[in-house]
Amino acid sequence: MESASISAGAHAHEHHGPPEAHQSSRIDRQTLGILLFIVSEIMLFGAFFASYFFIRVVANQGAWPPDPYELPVAVAGVNTAILISSSFTIHLALEGAKKGNRNAMKMGLTATWLLGLTFLFIQINEYVHIGFSARDGAFGSIFYGLTGLHGAHVFVGLLLLTFANIRAYKGHFGTAAKDHLGVEVPGIYWHFVDVMWIVVFVTVYIL
Amino acid sequence: MFRVVLIVGVAMIPVILLAVVIDPLAGAILFGIEIGAGIGFLYQRYRAVEPRAAEVAAVPDDGVHRVLVVANETVGGRALLEALQARLEGESRSELLVVCPPLAGSAAEHWSSDIDSAIPEAKERLEASLATMRAAGIDVSGRLGDHHDPNQAIEDALKVFPADEVVISTHPPKRSRWLESGVIEKARAELPQPVTHVVVDLEDESAEPR
Repeated sequence: MESASISAGAHAHEHHGPPEAHQSSRIDRQTLGILLFIVSEIMLFGAFFASYFFIRVVANQGAWPPDPYELPVAVAGVNTAILISSSFTIHLALEGAKKGNRNAMKMGLTATWLLGLTFLFIQINEYVHIGFSARDGAFGSIFYGLTGLHGAHVFVGLLLLTFANIRAYKGHFGTAAKDHLGVEVPGIYWHFVDVMWIVVFVTVYIL
Repeated sequence: MFRVVLIVGVAMIPVILLAVVIDPLAGAILFGIEIGAGIGFLYQRYRAVEPRAAEVAAVPDDGVHRVLVVANETVGGRALLEALQARLEGESRSELLVVCPPLAGSAAEHWSSDIDSAIPEAKERLEASLATMRAAGIDVSGRLGDHHDPNQAIEDALKVFPADEVVISTHPPKRSRWLESGVIEKARAELPQPVTHVVVDLEDESAEPR
């Protein structure tokens, strides 16, 4: 009886908590987690796009956007260019982390953070000057709903990038795959935010 | 993921150009087409394929060495005949079944099952090849197979012909549609029997003096 309890105690000392989860060798947990999260995000955006197209195609009679509203396409275009640029900078940061080039990693992360902040600032500025609110009919609701949903994602992305920046400047992250997940995972999320914006921009402002 | 940004960005350029220069509806149509193509590509690229084992007849322990040969245009090839003779050398009792799936001339014919012209051609090749093999002293029978999928033709044959091994004959790489579609790899993955691949270069054989 005594030996049994000693053995159990020794075992408990070696393994705290549940056993290690089974992991496929093809993808690490963190990356799989963010990819699955992105899949759920695509569905969320899909619901908003479905609402947008329903309002525009089925419920709307006449011009789109309805008179007298106008969308600032040029400003949104500049914002699009800013966000696409930030995909290049986060890619630079990740490549820097993989190759051990810390300066490139830090520069890329900082530039991405600044570009994201600029994007968000321009979008808020656009909301201030656009001349209609979310209460101005279905058009206003869906416009603010869709662009606001995306803006919220940019905000979350900025938070993730803030942590990545702090860690990068504190000397974290290495060249091994498991050591730069803190750059890679926010990077995947940021690329997703960029892709969604391209689709939002084309759908809402161009088509 | 960075590549996705690039691909989506580049894909949106013609959409924006069409919408701005011609009409937003034209841009929307192209946008829809691109989304459909993207989903189709992702489906093809990432769909999971369950590993499966072919359902085949159990091989009886009766001392007869059975070989299933699958060939289409190369069924009469000299390299195939020589390979079969080499395999059967030393076997006291052997049986051969040659399956010849008719091959449609084009993708459209293939998917519409328009193999009316392919069947007699395949039959003719099979008969000629069977005659050659019998003349070489091989106990052989033959049949046409599923035209859609050579692997299905193999599995169908193995349900009634409990072969000890399978020989698949194809054109050389770059000229063989079967090799391009991974028939050999699939057969090796799904069949319990050993699978041998014989390459028959009909152009070389017709150029060589007999």
